[in-house]
Amino acid sequence: MPFIANFPFFCILITMFGGILTSMVNAKWAFRINTLVVSVTLVLNGALLLYLAENPQSFTFMMGHYPAPWGNEIRFGPLEVLMGTVFSFVTLCSLISGKKEIFHDVKSRNIHFFYIMINLLLSSLFALIYTNDLFTAYVFVEINTISACAIVMAKESGKTLSATLRYLVMSLLGSGLFLLSIVLIYDITGQLLMVPAHEAIVSIFAAGQYNVPLTVILGLICVGMAIKSALFPFHTWLSHAHGSATTASSAILSGLVLKGYIILLIKIIVRVFGIDIVLQLKAVNVLFVMAVLAMVIGSIDAIKERHIKRMIAYSSVAQMGYIYMGIGLGNIAGLVAACFHIIVHAITKPMLFSAAGGLASASGHKKDFASLKGAAYRNPIAAVGFLIGSLSMIGIPFFAGFAAKYYLSMAAMNMGLKMWIALAALAVSTVLNALYYIRVIAIIFSKTEGETVERRRNSATYNIAMIVFIIANVMLGLFYQPIMDIISTGMNLL
Amino acid sequence: MKNNRIILALKRFLDGDVSFEPKEKKVQQRRQTTHHETTVAERYVKWHDKNAYKVFRGFYIAASVVVATCIIGTLLFTVSYLPPYGQAENPANNEVTERYIEHAMEETGAVNIVAGVILDYRAFDTFGESCVLFVAACSVMMLLKKSKKGKREEMLEKYNPKRDPVVKSLAMVLVPFNLMLGIYVVLNGHLSPGGGFSGGAIMGASLILFSSAFGYRKVRTIITEKVVKVVTFVSLTFYAFAKGYSFFTGANHIHSIISPGTPGRIISAGLILPLNIAVGFVVTMTMYSFYALFTKEEI
Repeated sequence: MPFIANFPFFCILITMFGGILTSMVNAKWAFRINTLVVSVTLVLNGALLLYLAENPQSFTFMMGHYPAPWGNEIRFGPLEVLMGTVFSFVTLCSLISGKKEIFHDVKSRNIHFFYIMINLLLSSLFALIYTNDLFTAYVFVEINTISACAIVMAKESGKTLSATLRYLVMSLLGSGLFLLSIVLIYDITGQLLMVPAHEAIVSIFAAGQYNVPLTVILGLICVGMAIKSALFPFHTWLSHAHGSATTASSAILSGLVLKGYIILLIKIIVRVFGIDIVLQLKAVNVLFVMAVLAMVIGSIDAIKERHIKRMIAYSSVAQMGYIYMGIGLGNIAGLVAACFHIIVHAITKPMLFSAAGGLASASGHKKDFASLKGAAYRNPIAAVGFLIGSLSMIGIPFFAGFAAKYYLSMAAMNMGLKMWIALAALAVSTVLNALYYIRVIAIIFSKTEGETVERRRNSATYNIAMIVFIIANVMLGLFYQPIMDIISTGMNLL
Repeated sequence: MKNNRIILALKRFLDGDVSFEPKEKKVQQRRQTTHHETTVAERYVKWHDKNAYKVFRGFYIAASVVVATCIIGTLLFTVSYLPPYGQAENPANNEVTERYIEHAMEETGAVNIVAGVILDYRAFDTFGESCVLFVAACSVMMLLKKSKKGKREEMLEKYNPKRDPVVKSLAMVLVPFNLMLGIYVVLNGHLSPGGGFSGGAIMGASLILFSSAFGYRKVRTIITEKVVKVVTFVSLTFYAFAKGYSFFTGANHIHSIISPGTPGRIISAGLILPLNIAVGFVVTMTMYSFYALFTKEEI
């Protein structure tokens, strides 16, 4: 095994140690340590991604001296490392663009706690992406739940406390269902690691002895992960939690935390059950129906909203619908398209949140549409970011969102009834997306007559992060082919 | 003040009040409608204002009962399909448990197989679990810690327990033995049932008993916020580096300098004893700081 294969393990360890170390320092140093840690993980993941793009293969890394069915293990191929790279990149950009607001929104004695949570959140996301062990996944789901709630609550107000409670209850329900499913898997297979569990499940399924428990297990996992990633009937917590938190938290929560669970679900579907068994157990059809409903209802909720951050949060509900629709199609092309949409949304949505935060802070930290009128002239760079992000989310050609929708509809071809439903949902949802994003663009670019424009001076870090976000979005929209290649080779190696 | 806010938020949450709009709006609307002659539509609005919440709540309760019953039914139905309890040919009795039971002692050096499994075979999970405690303690501190120094003394006086002679004399007898038992359970984690988590819980419980019998000031001579921070930091850092070394050598097939030693000795089982001590410290500190934060909002 080459030395470079140690990098994912280093990423998990560094982020965890970063969190532990941050508990001893003050706010300023917390920010510095955090930026350093996240940058290091970005470099490590990026280097490994370049290596794996050259020699596509999948590594299995023993956590300790004991091999597969006995000890813990992590396993990674191109797909996982690509996700890891995107996650570190997005965390870094969201944090440095939201620094000023973090220091404004969070009480000064709590800022270092905030950064502890960010570090551990990132480490848990890495562990969810890389783990090859169901119980390790559960442990890190716990860390993820607590720290995600804590970064919502960091901005202390009645709204965030109430939103955190809702989020905590829903999230714990999701964890509980996931834990139940792991217990049941262990009971009927005697394995916790993904690959041995897969072998056991294949032989059990062939014998037909435990088909009822297998169906229930798959249902529990799907519902648990759907609650955690805010799929349609379970999305009620999302708009409050994401809408009321500080900007960097909203960006990370919607860009990454939701995605970590979807990647875990894809890994369980492909690696533990195998796509054939999942298709025969019919669970994906339920996901498909919920996804189509999410695409439409999330967009309608967003149209009704008059608060910019909550509107973007409802837009996430619709986008989660796109991703789950890719999974619900139940073929490899659909999963690949879903993974691509995960990346598109992970890069675009944090940019939208950061841009919305910038526009709001140029309008006296108010986030309703009336106060945002003409905000584009007060904070041009944020407005450009918002414009590009919206165009990408609507799915205008030459932006990343278009490629994602194109691949989703290509994956739906030749699927019979599912194809027509998927295409119709994509069309309706695109129109609805355009309705609410273009309205906001019109509001922020409309100038009030005779008003003197006072331009807000952004911090240098905000400008840099915003420019990097914009470049990343445009690049992803123009050169999506290499990313798609990595995803499809990664999906075969998963 | 902050407590009140949390309780208010909790109450609103439990009442199912999901809207954040101020209450006054609704009241104004209602007043306007009473002064007019009522049409059917207005009467509907009036009825809606008065009863919609009740109806919604009734529906909500009924729906939750139905959903919960369905889930319970499904799970019970599933249980009837599971392998019967305690049979030799169950799927859970496979090569995994076989190796744990037959070879754990020689491979890890721990007589207590459970300690061998959680701190050697599956040590990464346990590191995650200790971090869960750390994260939980940090978020409670984030939410509840008092900021003003002047208030601190006031709170200490207010929540200092009454020096009850019964509790005091009981604690005088119990605390030393309890603490000793905790230390014994931690140190013998690799030899007998117990380990970092259970021993830490016992030590934490004895600290809580001590502080409720003799007051917080006595505890603060030993355990302050700084001590909690430093001890947790050192323990977790030690865990991260010790186990990081072990993972690194294991994955790269490098010879590790840690040896299992002679099973049964107190100094044996490689890293398990020090890791148990680290976990024990983390658990003790977390337990005590939870208690302190929830009673007086401060360590």
